[in-house]
Amino acid sequence: MTDIPFLIDILVATLLIIGATFTLIGSYGLLKLDQPMKRLHAPTKASTLGVGSLLLASMIHAFASGESSLHELLVMAFLFVTAPISGNFIAKVHLHRQRGGKELPAPPAEDGWATYSEK
Amino acid sequence: MPLRLTRKLLPHPLLSTLLVIVWCLLINDLSLGTVVFGAILGLLIPISTAAYWPDRPKITRPWRLVSYMLLVIWDIMVANVQVAMIVLFKRNDDMAPNWVLIPLDLRSPEAITLLAGTITLTPGTVSTDLSADGRALLVHALDAADPEAVRDDIKTRYERRLKEIFE
Repeated sequence: MTDIPFLIDILVATLLIIGATFTLIGSYGLLKLDQPMKRLHAPTKASTLGVGSLLLASMIHAFASGESSLHELLVMAFLFVTAPISGNFIAKVHLHRQRGGKELPAPPAEDGWATYSEK
Repeated sequence: MPLRLTRKLLPHPLLSTLLVIVWCLLINDLSLGTVVFGAILGLLIPISTAAYWPDRPKITRPWRLVSYMLLVIWDIMVANVQVAMIVLFKRNDDMAPNWVLIPLDLRSPEAITLLAGTITLTPGTVSTDLSADGRALLVHALDAADPEAVRDDIKTRYERRLKEIFE
């Protein structure tokens, strides 16, 4: 630990704090917001900027201590590819529970939304 | 004839490049052996899966995809701070959660998937559903008093760029 330059130490610490703050705000949003669809917005935030800056901190620390590792880039890439899919699935469940409700705007075509489609 | 042969051996040049890069990242090493094995995988996997991905989009300008990714990463950071402020300081009753309807000009499924992913990743909007005919996207916005503004923003900022990349 001692051979890491002071400035890089500060940079890593700042990134860790930023990441932790955003993850905390994401969890707080999950508690605070009052509708299912509004709640969905909070965790998408935690997984993008929060986890992103935590991974960046890990990468900078690894480079500074001489064991260069780029695995974090892969973690970030896979996370960014998969996060929208789980978000979409939760949203779809919400749509099914709302079935028949008048909350949704009607699509321009007559077929309706794909989630409700019978085909 | 040589073009047809290249197309047969390298059905997805971009996918092959991506596979080599991901392989090197997984091994965490950039020696000759790793790159060669990555290249073998990058050749074999697209050939063996080409039959399952027939109408692949032809990306003629890959560097535009890179600049699009940089733009999205920048937007994610800006939008994260905005939504954090909304979550922290705005009362639940003051928020205006809204459904936004986005008519699509994009036709290729890959491009629509990318657009939907972008919308979900930029906080404040979650893409929820596609219309059954694939011509409109249903998006939920956390705090949008004016759904038309959100729609126009997404259309000019992301969809126009994706259209340039894929069509």
